[in-house]
Amino acid sequence: MADSATAPVIEITDLRKTFGHVAALDGLNLSVEEGEIHGFLGPNGAGKSTTIRVLLGILRATGGRARLFGRDPWTDAVALHRELAYVPGDVTLWPSLSGGETIDLLARMRGGIDAGRRAELIERFDLDPRKKARTYSKGNRQKVALVSAFASNVGLLLLDEPTSGLDPLMEQVFRECTREARERGATVLLSSHILSEVEALCDRVTIIRSGRTVESGSLSDMRHLSRTSITAELLGDPGDLTRIDGVDDIVRDGSTLRCQVDGEHLGELIRILGDTGVRSLTSAPPTLEELFLRHYHVDGVDVAAEKVRA
Amino acid sequence: MTAVTAESGFTAPVLRGSTDFAGTAQMLRLYLRRDRIVLPLWVLAFGLLPTFYVASTESVYSTQAELDNYARSITDSPALVAMYGPVFGTDIGSIGLWKAGPFYALIAIAVILTVIRHTRVEEETGRAELVGATSIGRYAGLTAALTMTAVGCVLVGVLAALTLLSSGLPLAGSLAYGAALGGSGLVWASVAAITAQVSTGARIARGIAFAALGTAFALRAVGDAGNGVLSWFSPLGWCVNMRPYADERWWVLVPLLTLAVLSTAAAYVLLGRRDTGSGLLAERPGPPRAAAGLSGATGLAWRLHRGSLLAWSVGFLLYGLLMGGAIDSVGDILGDSQQVKDVLARMGGTEQLQNSFITFAVSFLAIAAAAYSISAVLRLHEEETTQRAEATLACAVGRARYATSHLLFALLGPVVLLTIAGLCIGGVYGAMDGGFAEKVGDGLGAALVQVPAVWVITGIAMAVHGLAPRFAPTAWGVLSAMLIVFFLGALEGLPQWLIDVVPFVHPPKLPGAPWQWSPILWLLAVAAVLVGLGVAGFRRRDLR
Repeated sequence: MADSATAPVIEITDLRKTFGHVAALDGLNLSVEEGEIHGFLGPNGAGKSTTIRVLLGILRATGGRARLFGRDPWTDAVALHRELAYVPGDVTLWPSLSGGETIDLLARMRGGIDAGRRAELIERFDLDPRKKARTYSKGNRQKVALVSAFASNVGLLLLDEPTSGLDPLMEQVFRECTREARERGATVLLSSHILSEVEALCDRVTIIRSGRTVESGSLSDMRHLSRTSITAELLGDPGDLTRIDGVDDIVRDGSTLRCQVDGEHLGELIRILGDTGVRSLTSAPPTLEELFLRHYHVDGVDVAAEKVRA
Repeated sequence: MTAVTAESGFTAPVLRGSTDFAGTAQMLRLYLRRDRIVLPLWVLAFGLLPTFYVASTESVYSTQAELDNYARSITDSPALVAMYGPVFGTDIGSIGLWKAGPFYALIAIAVILTVIRHTRVEEETGRAELVGATSIGRYAGLTAALTMTAVGCVLVGVLAALTLLSSGLPLAGSLAYGAALGGSGLVWASVAAITAQVSTGARIARGIAFAALGTAFALRAVGDAGNGVLSWFSPLGWCVNMRPYADERWWVLVPLLTLAVLSTAAAYVLLGRRDTGSGLLAERPGPPRAAAGLSGATGLAWRLHRGSLLAWSVGFLLYGLLMGGAIDSVGDILGDSQQVKDVLARMGGTEQLQNSFITFAVSFLAIAAAAYSISAVLRLHEEETTQRAEATLACAVGRARYATSHLLFALLGPVVLLTIAGLCIGGVYGAMDGGFAEKVGDGLGAALVQVPAVWVITGIAMAVHGLAPRFAPTAWGVLSAMLIVFFLGALEGLPQWLIDVVPFVHPPKLPGAPWQWSPILWLLAVAAVLVGLGVAGFRRRDLR
């Protein structure tokens, strides 16, 4: 792993995957560096699970390039899978096996388990390992898969909406475990719809839509690129604000003005409003939710896609 | 009325007593939609084939003298009587339909699969829960499944009776055959309805129903080949004893329909007492850690296959003991007349008869072993559709090794099963008749010579799974079609190539017939190519 500082753990360029006539992935790019927790976001059906299944060698890419630890996930599947653990969003287990048996079996098939960590994780996730998988709820099935993944000695965790069935307490445990995995040096690709989870855990995120990457970078960078909402009560008329670049969604309601402005042109807008005279002004940084909704939204995507290509 | 209640979208039904059945009509429509191809297929097959059998018999035996001879030769062969049932008359109707005797069991396979598919499979997959949360009553699913199957059975009976009648046969016999065939379907549908309540897994429910069917078949076969008493303990024996075109015994319908009604009632009682998704047996806790053996793909495969392999082994053991015990008495029904003894001597003595009985008993075992093998291959299919294959392959398990871990059971399981049955047949026969070592060898040889034929079926299932996974369950259809051709046998009506498609006709008919290498090697080659194609396809394709 001498050169791993330069080579990303996951490197996907222009990945394409078609099912019949349907293009599930249509030129997707993703790069995950060693030791980071990378958020993988997108609306339902955007291609997140398809991407992960290509990375697992479950699906064969139609075009483009995908590399895990610099190797081909299809041809080197077995060797690569010793280095990674995968937790799907919808965990199905063998009904007749107990939870404890499943944890051991999956870990053994990966190449080993840390017995101490296994015991500790079962305790922390409050899991009864004696129960048959048939009797587990969705959340408990997910815990089985998570315990097995976190207790395995692997360098990469591929987590596909791993917490969709967990209660808030267990969600907290999951976050701690993910951070501990990073401290051990593991890399994590986390596909999730829970934005607070992504915000709390991820160093960088990649947002995809319709099988393409629309945005990738650190959260703070993305915030910066994103627009601030402004609400101001004005004393006079600032004139037509559309003359300023980067101002959008302008609503005038009597003396009240609401609009959105991107980071670059915030100063210019404030100067013009100041010249007009302001009784009160609130500016709200974009919440993550707004950020993602903008990318998920049909209109927003074109803007974002242009930005990435440029 | 129930339909109106559910269609209006309200949960409040008009009558209190009807709530449990509310929405049956909608469920029925859903099931008919899902079964729109398979249901008409088996209804047409079982409705039309009997007449085809009669016609093909007619084309071979055109005069009454020929029919009389044919009837005598059947009665002289306990193996044929065991396989198809006794002949009760010598006119074209009863002899033509004699060959259609196994249809009473074949229709049972179709209705068992249909009922389980719409009851326990729905529960196991959780779809029943989704439906149960709507304004659909708790008995609606079972009622709709049974109604659809019953309608199918009645249609089979009506179609069979009408086609037989239109081919110029007497009315009473045509009706009797249709009633017996449809009645058999109703009985086994109700048995499947019970087994669907007992266990949490569809696989086990199907297994219990097929075990019951196998027992019924063995009882009838052994009973008919002997003095006939055992046949009366089997619903299949009742159907045969309807005796169409030979002084019909209408009262046989009484036990047949009584059993159907009682089993259906029992199924409703059991359903009323349990929760959705649960079985009657409580779930016990398992070990908190995996034993050393539960490691890797093969360890997992052993864990998944061991239960069903054990159950099948017990079935083969019992069948082997039963058949082995029946061989000795095979000649008894022939009587002691000097004429019969002369005929026997010319045919090669009673030993010849007994050898052909062993061949008959083993050919059924081979078909059953093929059914086991298909179910073992379809484990791969089941693992894939439930995403568990994905979980396994996301670990350090290669595609080829994963497929091999299950193929191991699909290929070696039949060897184990046939060995058990062969040893039992030979052992019991030898213990009763003397010459133990030789007869154990005969039984074992007769059983194991069928292994390459079974592997061809394994290969077909694997090839479909590897190349066109959506259609993997059609392997059952392939086996059923082969069964129909196999039972129809070498009658003139079938072209030789069609008979040759059935692998079970090719191995040398041990004991008795001379050993031949070429069919064995051919079967092995075909099986190897098919399995190879399947594994290669599985390695190359996307998982579903």
